[in-house]
Amino acid sequence: MTEPDVPSAYVRDKRTAPPSREELRARIPGWGADLDPADRPSHPKLQYPADTGAHWHFPDRQPGSAGRERSIEHAFVTPVFGTAQPLHGLSGSIRRLAYDRFGEGRLAHWLLLIAGDRVDAWESHLRSLVTGHPDQPVTETGVRTERTHGGLRSRTGRSDRRHQVLDPVLVAGPWVAGAGAGALAVRRLARLLRR
Amino acid sequence: MRAMTYRGPYKLRVEEKDRPRVEHPNDAIVRVTLAAICGSDLHLYHGLMPDTRIGHTFGHEFIGVVDEVGPSVQHLQVGDRVMVPFNIFCGSCWFCARGLYSNCHNVNPNATAVGGIYGYSHTTGGYDGGQAEYVRVPFADVGPVKIPDWMHDEDAVLLTDAAATGYFGAQLGEIAEGDTVVVLGAGPVGLIAAQSSWLMGAGRVIVVDHLAERLAKAREMAYAETLDYDEHDDVVVELKKQTDFLGADVVIEAVGAEADGNLAQQLTGPKLKLQGGSATALNWAIDAARKGGTVSVVGAYGPVPNAVKFGDAMNKGLTLRMNQTPVKRQWPRMFEHVRNGHLTPRQMVTHRFPLEDIAEAYHVFSAKLDGCIKPLVVPGAN
Repeated sequence: MTEPDVPSAYVRDKRTAPPSREELRARIPGWGADLDPADRPSHPKLQYPADTGAHWHFPDRQPGSAGRERSIEHAFVTPVFGTAQPLHGLSGSIRRLAYDRFGEGRLAHWLLLIAGDRVDAWESHLRSLVTGHPDQPVTETGVRTERTHGGLRSRTGRSDRRHQVLDPVLVAGPWVAGAGAGALAVRRLARLLRR
Repeated sequence: MRAMTYRGPYKLRVEEKDRPRVEHPNDAIVRVTLAAICGSDLHLYHGLMPDTRIGHTFGHEFIGVVDEVGPSVQHLQVGDRVMVPFNIFCGSCWFCARGLYSNCHNVNPNATAVGGIYGYSHTTGGYDGGQAEYVRVPFADVGPVKIPDWMHDEDAVLLTDAAATGYFGAQLGEIAEGDTVVVLGAGPVGLIAAQSSWLMGAGRVIVVDHLAERLAKAREMAYAETLDYDEHDDVVVELKKQTDFLGADVVIEAVGAEADGNLAQQLTGPKLKLQGGSATALNWAIDAARKGGTVSVVGAYGPVPNAVKFGDAMNKGLTLRMNQTPVKRQWPRMFEHVRNGHLTPRQMVTHRFPLEDIAEAYHVFSAKLDGCIKPLVVPGAN
C-alpha cells in the first residue's frame, strides 16, 4: 500500500474533504440552518426558561393520593399522578410488594412488576369470561391483517422472519398450555367422581 | 367514550370507557382528533415495559380540541385546537426550571428515573393515553400549545414526539460542520434525525436499516446514503470501510428496544424479557463511532439491565448523550423548519387507521407489513 492509499484513520486528516457549503446548500433544503452549535434548542443542556406557563411555586396536590403506590425513591406521592388502572387482585399485591419493598435500582423491583403484568393478564382474561365481553384471543391480535396487508409479500427476504415466527408461539402458547391444563384437570376430576 | 385498551402482550381491543374527568385544577380534557402509534408503543404492546396494566390506553402522540378545563387553567379555552407534547410536566420542579421537561419530578410517583408520559404504563405515571376519543391532559397551562393555523394536522401530531425526537437526537450528536453522521434506524425518528443532521451541518449522512421501503424513504426525504445491514455479514465493518476506517464522527441510535440484527439479543430482549430490550443498535452505535466520537441515543429501552458493550465505549473515549426528548423546547425552532419545508414529518405517514381497527393497526406496524412506516389513528372514523 502506497502512502496515498493509506486510509484516513492512519494519517492526520480525512482523505476526502466533505462537499463544499455551496454544494450542500444546493442539494439539501435547509442545510446549515442550525449550523451554530450554540444556537440549537438543546444547547446548553441546562436552561432556565423565563416562563414555563406554571403559575405556582409548587403545584396544587391532586386529591386521592392516600394509599396510591409510589417508588420509595420519591419523598411522597407526586402532586399530580395518573389514576388509570388502580392496583387490584393478586397482581395488585405483587406490584405493591415491588413498590413498597424495592427501589428502582433493584432488579427485584422490575421482575416483580413484570410478574405482576403476567398475573394481571390472566386475571383479566378469566374475569372477561364472566362478563358480556370475553377476550377474543385471535381478533385482538389483529392477525387478520396478515391476509389484508400482505403478510407473506411484506416479509419476503427480510431477516427478522427468524424471530417473528416465534410471535405466534408467544401469543398462543400460554392459551394452549392453559387449555391443556384445564382439560387435564377436568379429566382428573371426572375420574375422581367416577370412583 | 371509545378507547384502545391493552389486553395483554400482542392483544388490544377498543372498549367503552368513562370519559376522563378533571382531577386536578390545572387539568384539561382534550377531545382527540388525530393520534399516532409510536415505535415505542410497540414495547408496551409486546409486554416489555414493566407495570403495563390490563385496560391501559396507549398513545402519547395526539392532537385535539380542548373540551373542558379545570378551574386554575389560564392559557387554554374550550374549543382551542392543541398539540400536546408526549411529556407530562409541571413547569416548576428543579428539573423543569432547568428546561429538562422530560425529567419532571412532580408527575410520576411510580418512578424517579423517568418522567410522566401519556399512555405509557404505570412506570411513567399511570396516565391513560390519546388513542381514544378523549384524554386527560395535566398541567394544561404548561404542556399543550395551540396549533398554528398554517400547520397541517399530520405535521402537528408528529411534532408531539417522533419528529421532535429525531431533531433532538441530531442535537445530542453535537454535529460539527462536515461531520459524517450515521443514523441507525430508518423509522420516523431516524428519518427526521437524518434530515436534521443536514440542518446542523453534516457533510455526509448514512442511514442504516434492513427494510427496503424505509431505506428508500431515507434517500427520498432525507437525501441520505443508505446501508441495508441484511446485505452485509458485519455492518460495523462495512461502516468502517465506508468511513475510511475512521468510523463515524456521530452515530444516532434511533432504534431502541426492538432492534433487529442479532437473534440472541432479540430472544433475550423483546421475546423473553430477560433484558430491557435488544441492545443490538446500541452496540452497533458504540462500535461504528470513531474514537473520540459521539453516540446519541434516542431509542427507548426498558428499565431492566441490557447487555451493552460498555467497555468499547470507554476504551474509545466516546461521548454518550441521551434523554427522553423535552419536546416543547424543540418546538419554536422546529415550527420554523416545518414551515420552511426543511423538515417534512408528514412525508413519513404511510397508513391511517380508524380507532376501531386499533388491533389491526398495531399488528401491521409491529410486523412491518405493507411498507408501514408511520401509522396514524383517527378516532370517530369508519
